[in-house]
Amino acid sequence: MIKKAILGVLQWLEDRTGLWALIGPSLTHLAPRDAKWWYVFGSATLLCFIIQVVTGVALMFSYVPSAGEAYQSLRYITEVAPLGRLMRGMHYFGASAMVLLVGVHMGQVFLHGSYKFPREMNWVSGMVLLVFTLGMGFTGQLLRWDSNAVWSIVVGAEQAGRSPVIGTWLAHFIMAGDNIGGATLGRFFALHVFILPALVFAGIGLHLLLVMRHGIAEMPKAGQVVEKETYRQEYHDRLEKTGVPFWQLAWRDSVFSMIITLVIVALAWHFGPPTVDVPPDPSILDTSPAPDFYLLWYFAVLALANSNMEDYIILGAPLLIGIMLFVIPFLSPTGERHPSRRPWAVLALAAAFLFVGAFWVAGIQMNWTPNFHWKPLTEKVIGATEGPVYRGAQVFQAKSCIACHLIEDDGGKKGPDLSYVGDRLTYDQMVIRINTGGINMPAFAGNMTSSQLTDLVAFLQSRKRDWAVKETEKKGAEVIGTH
Amino acid sequence: MSTSCCGGHGDHDKPPVEHAGPPTAEEINRRKFLALLSIVPGAVATVAIGVPVAGFIAGPLFVPQKPEWISVGPVSQFKVGETVQVNYRDPSPLPWAGVTANSAAYLRRLSETEFVAFAVNCSHLGCPVRWLPSAELFMCPCHGGVYYKDGSVAAGPPPHALSKYEIRIEDGQVQLQTREIPIG
Repeated sequence: MIKKAILGVLQWLEDRTGLWALIGPSLTHLAPRDAKWWYVFGSATLLCFIIQVVTGVALMFSYVPSAGEAYQSLRYITEVAPLGRLMRGMHYFGASAMVLLVGVHMGQVFLHGSYKFPREMNWVSGMVLLVFTLGMGFTGQLLRWDSNAVWSIVVGAEQAGRSPVIGTWLAHFIMAGDNIGGATLGRFFALHVFILPALVFAGIGLHLLLVMRHGIAEMPKAGQVVEKETYRQEYHDRLEKTGVPFWQLAWRDSVFSMIITLVIVALAWHFGPPTVDVPPDPSILDTSPAPDFYLLWYFAVLALANSNMEDYIILGAPLLIGIMLFVIPFLSPTGERHPSRRPWAVLALAAAFLFVGAFWVAGIQMNWTPNFHWKPLTEKVIGATEGPVYRGAQVFQAKSCIACHLIEDDGGKKGPDLSYVGDRLTYDQMVIRINTGGINMPAFAGNMTSSQLTDLVAFLQSRKRDWAVKETEKKGAEVIGTH
Repeated sequence: MSTSCCGGHGDHDKPPVEHAGPPTAEEINRRKFLALLSIVPGAVATVAIGVPVAGFIAGPLFVPQKPEWISVGPVSQFKVGETVQVNYRDPSPLPWAGVTANSAAYLRRLSETEFVAFAVNCSHLGCPVRWLPSAELFMCPCHGGVYYKDGSVAAGPPPHALSKYEIRIEDGQVQLQTREIPIG
């Protein structure tokens, strides 16, 4: 009786709304039987986006998008608001997981050749979503509105400023004026909270619509070739024979998504969000802006660009990478899908992962920056407490040589390691190099007295491997005596 | 996906029942006109909304900040041959700008009467350079650009010298003229 009544209400609702007719096929459509664990990454990415929307809206209950107060409101959310630290942590790790899963999802689709006919636009819409996702990540970091955010905007504006003709205009558009100020934050707030999420929603809608239209790609089989004339019919016939309703496969998506969710919550609980420490005050100059870890590899690409090519790389690299990714399905829309029959594609994928991975490591190490936080050289490292070697070590530190040069694990890595430079360069070579500098080294002629220079070279000459130290200490003293 | 259910569309290609036979030239013109009548008002409305919105978003570009003279300290405060960081505030900030209205510059006293002030922004990508007093160098934390004490490039990727501020001395005060962040 009750069952019948409920059924009646549901039938009436369906008759008047047609909602099931709209949504039902997404659950009941036939999917290939072998769509198993390889297929969970797309749905997990979608889940991350939902987590981002939910935690993002929650954060909006307390975040104040005002240049003068955003910083305080973030401190409040992180340090005072109940569960605020967790909420920010979930938003941060959710973003990280989303970027990583987009990468894995892309890799899987490429590896299995699932972008081929007739799914070219599935791939293209995915690329557009990738761009939006990275945009969300970058603008989100800026809403943290600390010193790092403010200087990241300056760097972004300078990069845009390299564009021909409209460069300065673009830079001022990004900063909302010709300086950082009260108007700057609002732009990134509107982008991050309204514009980009709306675009992501639309993009996901299109992406899923295309999955429904063309069906879920089967696992690739060697020898099963995609041809434009026959593929659709063959795919349809195979599904009719062996396909299963999608909802029977969806439990794997649920399980994987649950694991990802729990990992995000656990990481957020344990590590918390990135700290908000230095306020967004442009007169605080003790800062070295860098993006969050998932964008570090691209940061490294720009940092390590050859300086002659730099303008082209800053503006051209994103364009080139974008075009390369976009044209993939149009370069090879047909043919074999199985990786074993596409060695060049597999090689390209491996190269892409290696490229990103290598720059990622470089981005974490950031060896291209001077180290301003070196510790004073110890007596043990210097090997003297008075005399020219000791005085030279003081010059080495006072003139900030140590900011770029390593002496036994202390100092910067921008320039060559000088721990054993005494084995490599003669007294005269050192004097010339210090006086004239190099491409990445200032010339110190005129910046040092001749006695400072003599002491410094004495110190550097004493940098030799242990086995030679005693031998050369005697000679070193003689050499110094003659100059 | 099936589109057979739920009616409401699918008949628009059929000619109206009362005019059996192929459409006349007049009918075709009429349809073209009606289609145009649907599109044009939409386009007009889009422009009417879109132009002001685009103008509003680009608004800050049309109100350039006027350079103003700002005192950064009495002349006597600065020693000849020394470079120091001086901070100043945007003279007309938005009321909610808070600390983002702060700026800094490097001021060097060359002689009794001469000063020079440098923008803190590296000419490479705008990162804030640091003054290392004992080394008498500016060094950039981002990619290791280095400048001599006169602001000229010493090493690294910077394409040109540090930008300068206009400086004057008024009533015993060193004043610098505010300026935009140097781009390019």
